[in-house]
Amino acid sequence: MSTIQTQGTEEIHPDVLLVNRAREGDVEAFEKLVRQYDRQVFRIAQHITQNREDAEDVVQDAFLKAYEKLDQFQGNSKFYTWLVRIAVNESLMRLRKRRTGRMVSIDEDVETDEGSMPRDLADWAPDPEQMYEQSEMAEILRKTIQGLPPGFRVVFVLRDVEGLSTEETAESLGLSIPAVKSRLLRARLQLRERLSRYFRDRNKDGVK
Amino acid sequence: MTCSEFLAHLDDLIDDQVTVPMRTELEEHLRGCEHCVVTLNTTRKTIEIYRKHEIYELPNELRERLQKAILAKCKKC
Ligand SMILES: [Zn+2]
Repeated sequence: MSTIQTQGTEEIHPDVLLVNRAREGDVEAFEKLVRQYDRQVFRIAQHITQNREDAEDVVQDAFLKAYEKLDQFQGNSKFYTWLVRIAVNESLMRLRKRRTGRMVSIDEDVETDEGSMPRDLADWAPDPEQMYEQSEMAEILRKTIQGLPPGFRVVFVLRDVEGLSTEETAESLGLSIPAVKSRLLRARLQLRERLSRYFRDRNKDGVK
Repeated sequence: MTCSEFLAHLDDLIDDQVTVPMRTELEEHLRGCEHCVVTLNTTRKTIEIYRKHEIYELPNELRERLQKAILAKCKKC
């Protein structure tokens, strides 16, 4: 059993304390971790699998797997990053099951020029969010992000929605940092391009 | 600086990870290029909107059911 590693004066992350208690069989400590991260795991799983039932299964399986593998958790990465990696793998497994015969991987380099150069250069309305009802807006955002290749989608979600750093995203996905960076740029630009259709300022002509 | 060169630094600019001299160069490009101004602003807005809207919410009822199922299994481990 590993002990708490303290490097210099670095503070011990509260999650590490919970992990240590859970390793000793304290289920309540693990419950706290579940409550803290279940929403995020669910969101990530939904984004990858695009299927509600699969996402529910992923939440269960990811936490159970994490619980079983707690001994393998090294204090040198964040518990959350480690958990996300498990959740991403579980999600990809589910996605593959549904799309039998189709390669599903986040490593495959998606060769596409879409979004590498912005085409739609119309400026957006000053407050695009006032153009749509809340539920309409959610639908637009879902539809738009679902159109991205899974490898782009997941990088955008981890970096920009869940707020992981580039390094943490790379670690969670088993990708290199340059790969994360190039995907993030393309994901952001593609989403921007696609959202322009909905949010363009109708009172102005595009920049020519 | 060309638009492609500007785009290559777009993410660093958005994430506030550019050096001071680089920022000056990028801002210089922006002063003369309306296209890149639009791209920068709308890309920022894209990120902001996705951050703000919870598009896959985990309803409380389901959340509790999942938590119970997970913990019941953990106790059996
Ligand atoms: Zn430009």
